[in-house]
This record gives sequence, structure tokens and C-alpha cells, in this order.
Amino acid sequence: MLKVFYCVLSRDITLALRRRTDVLTTLFFFIIVVSLFPLGVGSEREQLRMLGPGVVWVAALLASMLALERLFAADYDDGTLEQLLLTGQPLALLVLGKVVAHWLLTGLPLVLIAPLVAMQYHLSGTAIWVMMAALALGTPVLSLIGAIGAALTLGLRGGGILLSLLILPLYVPVLVYGAGAVSVSAIEIADTQPYFYLLSAFLMGSALLAPLAAAAALRISLE
Amino acid sequence: MVSRCSHPQPDLLMLDVSDLACRRGERLLFSGLSFQVPAETLLHVRGRNGSGKTTLLRALCGLLRADAGSIRWRGETIRDLAEDYNRDLLYFGHLNGIKADLTGLENLRIASTLDQDPADADAIFAALSRIGLEGFEDLPTRMLSQGQKKRVALARLILSKAPLWILDEPFTALDVDAVDLLQQLIAEQVARGGSVILTTHQEVPLTSGAIQRLTLGEASDPVSSESTESETRH
Repeated sequence: MLKVFYCVLSRDITLALRRRTDVLTTLFFFIIVVSLFPLGVGSEREQLRMLGPGVVWVAALLASMLALERLFAADYDDGTLEQLLLTGQPLALLVLGKVVAHWLLTGLPLVLIAPLVAMQYHLSGTAIWVMMAALALGTPVLSLIGAIGAALTLGLRGGGILLSLLILPLYVPVLVYGAGAVSVSAIEIADTQPYFYLLSAFLMGSALLAPLAAAAALRISLE
Repeated sequence: MVSRCSHPQPDLLMLDVSDLACRRGERLLFSGLSFQVPAETLLHVRGRNGSGKTTLLRALCGLLRADAGSIRWRGETIRDLAEDYNRDLLYFGHLNGIKADLTGLENLRIASTLDQDPADADAIFAALSRIGLEGFEDLPTRMLSQGQKKRVALARLILSKAPLWILDEPFTALDVDAVDLLQQLIAEQVARGGSVILTTHQEVPLTSGAIQRLTLGEASDPVSSESTESETRH
């Protein structure tokens, strides 16, 4: 079981490393979007500090959206997805392997680069730590939920736009509590713990249910 | 209608299709299709372009839900068997199902691991050399020609222990040598008690076992059978 999961995971990572541009575009998109706001709204310290958490989170949402389209599309085009469906392995497990690989390649780099880009917003040290932790919990949820949408819109013309319309509303809770945790961390008496509990709950729930839903959606898309 | 020396025993009856109907959009491709594929049998599906050959094969794989009828594998419907059926099945579609950025070696290793029967490097090298790709094992398949890519995909047949092969136009883009080899592989699969269902416009000579023919798009009695020994039609 674990072997199969690891096989899909290492396969997707190997593939991405041989085609690095896909990974880098997502990362640079994130960096550029986050850097554009200070240029647009001016360099007033308090204003930027207020905007920061929201901007970083929205940029993370969009960057993860951008990468989603390719989650199943390449495998669909060359027929390997068909073969994955016929391997005799639980499809949800294979999907989970692909999603984890996708997060390691597109989500984790955002988490790691976040402190650097957040410096433009004059966030405090604590706020930056909280932001990293919140992103680390939240971006996997984005990948997991996004996988359902990517599976549903597979092979459709103009699937990219449809995918955004389907998935972005579902990202709202993650955005609210993810950015909320960072904003709240600026207030000394406030406690960020409830935010992290909620983000963890989202992660648990989506890790359990999203692969099953995405697997079902893939079967429909391939018919 | 089937005249073989001995009738297939029920336990050898592997695939049993009854009253199958499929439609694509509004168009009914076929209906009331019933046939059996016992062990040691090659089913050759024929028909004009657009007569539903690929649809039939995809339905037999379980990739596509048939509109009516049932498909049973060793007595149980393939919907109930789900993953257990997939484990007994090897499907080769129009798309090769290999990754262009991975080498032939990696492609086959991943495919065999996912089929829960990991092949070791020696077995994969042997398979690739038998399929005529010696020296190309470590090249990304992107660098290979169309026919060579197909050969990488077909190397899966050598590694496979699945009793049922479903092959959709496996002969296209192959050169004469590869066609010979593929015919040999199919004959071996049938000889060791497996079944093969394929669509092609070529003839596949068998050394043992039986060939059944199924012609789609013709109204009356689409299934005809013949034994390889006597080549008599019914």
C-alpha cells in the first residue's frame, strides 16, 4: 500500500524535476503578485502591515490555482491516467500520492519563500512565523480541494476558467482563517490557537475526503 | 455455434458478456451483444471505423459504463470486482500510456510496481531487449521514434502476468519485426491459458488455442468462431 503511494509520489517528483519550468512559474507568480502590492499602494508602514496577510494568502491561492490545471492534465494526455485507473490499486491512494507530490512541488516552496516576500510588508517576527505555520497547514488543503476540481474539469475546453469558478469559493474558509491567524498575531492579547485548530481540522477533513471525491471525479471524466 | 474439440469448462470461462449495449451521445453503437471469451482464446473484434470497437474495449475494461447488459469476469460482474478485476487485466489503448520525460526503464518499473508485481531491473532490461530497444533503456522516451515509444509500451506485455489482455489497435506504427514479435507474444499469452481481446486489421496466426471473431456494425449473428486447427467457419 505504502509502496504504491511512494511510487506515485516519486514518479511525479521525478517528472517535475525534469521539467522544472512548471514548478518555477508557480513560485515566481507568487513572488511577483506579492511584490506588486507594495508598489501599487505605496510604502506606508501601517497600511502595508494591515494588507500583508491577506495579500500573501490571496497570492498563495492564485498560485496554487495556477498549478492545479496540470495536476492530472499531463497524465490524461499521454494515457498514463487511464493506466493508473486500471492498476488494481485503490484510486484514492494514487490520487493522494499525486496530490502530496503536487503540494511538495508547488505548496511547500510558497511556505518557504513566504518569510522573504513578507518582509516587504513590515510584518513582525511573530507574524512571519505564524504566517509560515498557517501556510504550511493551509496550502495542502488548497491542493487537496483543488484536486477535486482538477479531476472534474479534466479534458474540458476552457477547463481552466471553470476550475477557478468551481474551486476558488471553496478556498474561502482557508483564506479567512489563514489570513485571520496572521492578522490576529499582531494583537498581543489575542490567541492564534483556535485558527490553527480550525486549519488543522480542514486539513484532516480534506485529506480524508478529497482523494475519494477526486477519484470518483476522475472515473467520470475518463468515461 | 462453437465447434471445438472440447467445450470450455465453466471454470475456464473467463469473460462473459451478455446483452451489452453502448451509446455515444445519441447514437447507439451496439446493443444486445453477447459473447464469451474462454481461456486460451483470442477474440478479434472487427468493424468499420466508428462502429464502436474502442468503446467496446473500454467498456470491457470498466473504463466506460455500458448502457445495458452485464460483463462478468469468472462469474462476478466487473463492477463488483473493481480493483480485483483490474489486477487481472492489461489494457493497451490508443495512447501509449508512457511518460515522455521518463526513460523506458523507469516507465516499466513504475508500471510494474503499480501492477503490484514489481519487476527487477534484469527482467526489465530483458523485456526491453526482447522488444528491440537494447541500448535505448536509459533515454527519455521523448527522444524515441513513434514506433519505439510503442515498443516501450508493448514491453509491458512481456512483463505482465495478467490473464486477460485487451489491446486496442496494437499493430499500428510498428515495423515488420515488431509486428512479428507482437504476434508471437499474443500467441504465447493464449498458449499459457490467457485470453486476448484485440482490434486490428491484421491477421494473428496462433499456434494453439482458438480464434473468435466479432464483427461490429452488422445486424445478424455478429459472433463467429473457428478453431485454429481446421480454420472452418460456421
